[in-house]
Amino acid sequence: MLVLITYDVNTEDAAGRRRLRRVARACLDYGQRVQHSVFECEVDPAQWAELRARLLDEADSAKDSLRFYQLGAKGRQRVEHVGAKPVLDLDGTLVF
Amino acid sequence: MRKHLNTIYVTTEDAWLRKDGANIVVEVEGKERGRAPLHLLEGIMCFGRIGASPALLAACAEAGIAFSYLSPIGRFLARVEGPRSGNVLLRRAQYRVADDNTRSVLIARYIVAAKVANQRTVIRRVLRDYGASSPEASQKALQAAEAWLTDTTRRIVKVTDMDSLRGIEGEAARVYFSVFNLFIRSEDPAFQFGGRSRRPPLDRVNALLSFLYALLGHDCRSALESVGLDPQVGFLHADRPGRTSLALDLMEEFRPVLADRLALNLINRAQVRAADFTCHEGGGITLHDDARKTVLTAWQERKKQEIRHPFLGETMTFGLVAHMQALLLSRYLRGELDAYPAFIWK
Repeated sequence: MLVLITYDVNTEDAAGRRRLRRVARACLDYGQRVQHSVFECEVDPAQWAELRARLLDEADSAKDSLRFYQLGAKGRQRVEHVGAKPVLDLDGTLVF
Repeated sequence: MRKHLNTIYVTTEDAWLRKDGANIVVEVEGKERGRAPLHLLEGIMCFGRIGASPALLAACAEAGIAFSYLSPIGRFLARVEGPRSGNVLLRRAQYRVADDNTRSVLIARYIVAAKVANQRTVIRRVLRDYGASSPEASQKALQAAEAWLTDTTRRIVKVTDMDSLRGIEGEAARVYFSVFNLFIRSEDPAFQFGGRSRRPPLDRVNALLSFLYALLGHDCRSALESVGLDPQVGFLHADRPGRTSLALDLMEEFRPVLADRLALNLINRAQVRAADFTCHEGGGITLHDDARKTVLTAWQERKKQEIRHPFLGETMTFGLVAHMQALLLSRYLRGELDAYPAFIWK
């Protein structure tokens, strides 16, 4: 299933910047960055539970905001991209 | 059910692969070309001089991602293997059957029967699709081959010794490849098929077939390893150091369906052209870099097509069929099935 993750992490202090890095790292481990704080993650339910737990662990719920959009198994079809920053279709053929 | 996962093909010379977090990153000349999370992958295939970091290799071994090195033309060179895992009891059962010729035949004959049946289906499709428009002589030849192969399929399931089984298999291959040229619709004389040749392939059709067989071999090997079978101990193919005999056994059923049909489509739809190949001094012929990408893309697309599994009755992608067959084979070896149901394509 495809999950869209967006976040705002408060970076006023060093701890916030650390949280930002670690939240981004967690998202990157499971998906790909499509915009600065927007990630698309193709995960199965078990992986989603892992990722969600890790994100909740890293973020500070008093200062940061996390939003998860469940796009379902056919999530790819619900996404349209226009403009710069083309992303890789991870379901497509990966030839480098 | 297991998900059909993606495979990364790296064909750029001097590319460098590394691990970053749980991602694989492809770098060329220090610049990032692409990255993908490892959990979406089941295989990484490198063609030519590609480097990879030890951390990535370790992560692949641990996650069960098949990592293979191939020469630019697709000949297998090396692979990265992690610690042996899987079920030791299953592997012991496999070795016992492999050591026992009469029990090996019981598996091998269904594999060969399925291969011959699938070869016959390829001919049937050719007859159906453009049989009426081809000259009478070639129609006759195709019909004769089809009839012979149909007949042989029935004969094979009764064979009880390995030598005659191997003999029939060779004969079937000869009959099938003797009409292979008639499958090719391209007017271009460059795509004349002059009989099967390998190491090196001597014509373009053979070059394409060899390349596709290498891809298929990689997939079969990783399918076997992921269900815990030993890909080196085969039933039909004898053991030889470094040879993945069981992967070769498993491949037989899929050769006509996945590789031969795809090669014919690529040629007949003019997706590959005569200029896409390089002729070497020794007479060998290989695919160009750009054409290799076309073939790899077509291969991945083919694996994404959905079919209904004839034995399980479930809809799945072609890419998963090898995995399912490996699973069925392991069930047979454990004694949960009365016979190994080889894959027969309708």
